[in-house]
Amino acid sequence: MQNFSQAGLRVANLSAFRGERLVLRDLSFAVPNGGALLLLGANGSGKSTLLRVLAGLKRPDAGQVAWRGQDVQEQGAPAAYLGHLDAVKPGLTAAENLALAARIGCGDAAEAMAALDLSPLADLPARLLSAGQKRRLALARLLVLRAGLWLLDEPTLGLDAASVARLGQLMAAHRAAGGVVVAATHLPLPLGDAAELRL
Amino acid sequence: MTVFWALLLRELRLSVRHGADTLAAVLFFVLAGALFPLAIGPAPETLSRMAPGIVWVCALLAALLPLDRLFGADFDDGSLDQLLLSGLPAGAVAAVKALAHWLATGVPLLLAAGPLAVMLQLHPAAVPVLLAGLVPGTLVLSLFGTLGAAVVLGARRGGVLLPLLVLPLAMPVLIFGAAATEAAAAGGTPRPHLLLLAAVLAGALPLCPLAAGAALREAAE
Repeated sequence: MQNFSQAGLRVANLSAFRGERLVLRDLSFAVPNGGALLLLGANGSGKSTLLRVLAGLKRPDAGQVAWRGQDVQEQGAPAAYLGHLDAVKPGLTAAENLALAARIGCGDAAEAMAALDLSPLADLPARLLSAGQKRRLALARLLVLRAGLWLLDEPTLGLDAASVARLGQLMAAHRAAGGVVVAATHLPLPLGDAAELRL
Repeated sequence: MTVFWALLLRELRLSVRHGADTLAAVLFFVLAGALFPLAIGPAPETLSRMAPGIVWVCALLAALLPLDRLFGADFDDGSLDQLLLSGLPAGAVAAVKALAHWLATGVPLLLAAGPLAVMLQLHPAAVPVLLAGLVPGTLVLSLFGTLGAAVVLGARRGGVLLPLLVLPLAMPVLIFGAAATEAAAAGGTPRPHLLLLAAVLAGALPLCPLAAGAALREAAE
């Protein structure tokens, strides 16, 4: 049994169904503050399901998820979740798309957009952005939300090499500040010394 | 609480940006109402007799139009997940959506209802009562509609299911609302009918967002 007292994120005996299928079976792991976990596995192995459970969007069918000692199902995880979809509203400008997240996390939207090289596009309607630019806008939301736990589902989807490198720096800064990154990916991710979990 | 208002602002901004969708409900309301004189003839007595019912039925159907996209757009582009993680309870998210639906659809319907009623030869004394009934009426329709939209979210052919779910719920609103206007047109007191409408609103106001919130959580799973 690992020592869980230092853990930022702690998962104990987690099981979850997706539809009729048991995709996560009796899963236990812990990620310390400042740590990162890479979820690997074939398509349909339950990576996305696990991320949704960690975010508190999906109830686990058994087991517990605790973030810094508090149960995610009861407290709601202070998680920034990036799914397959960018959750970008085509009718709003790039800056307006971040406004709600900025209110939730009290982060600085202009700063976040600068970090992802989106500043020149701030006043452009999001429907004019390319797929990669929308993905960067969704990543900017992670910064604005100022959550301790980043849950990333294929974060590099559609990103160019420069943006992937930028994402690597942002994740390193997030971890240096004590944050935790859990990412599911099929592509190499600049995460440094991440632990790996094969589903 | 500030997140609540920020979300409402965002919803209203989206309705302004998609102005055509927002206007469509009002235009449908006016056009559907204008069909009745063509179909049943322009005789003032007949029209005047039917006007309250026509306005209420058209308002009910027009309020249904934008419901399909109320949560559908957020569900499709992943925004719903972000809303559920915003720290607001799911019920509060549903309440914002209902309020935004009312402001973007209910209020324009209210503004258009007066001219439509006059066009249908409704007794002038009954017009204020019609509008007084439509205020709680449209609010209840927004709340029931939000509930229905949340329940059918993620279902196949939810757009077809939605009216089947919401219309039966809306029947009491229709009965009391039309009865209030008819009572006023006939020289009676509309008070009991309006109070019953207000009672329906008082019940729907806390219950619908709660139920819709639970349905949203279920849809996100």
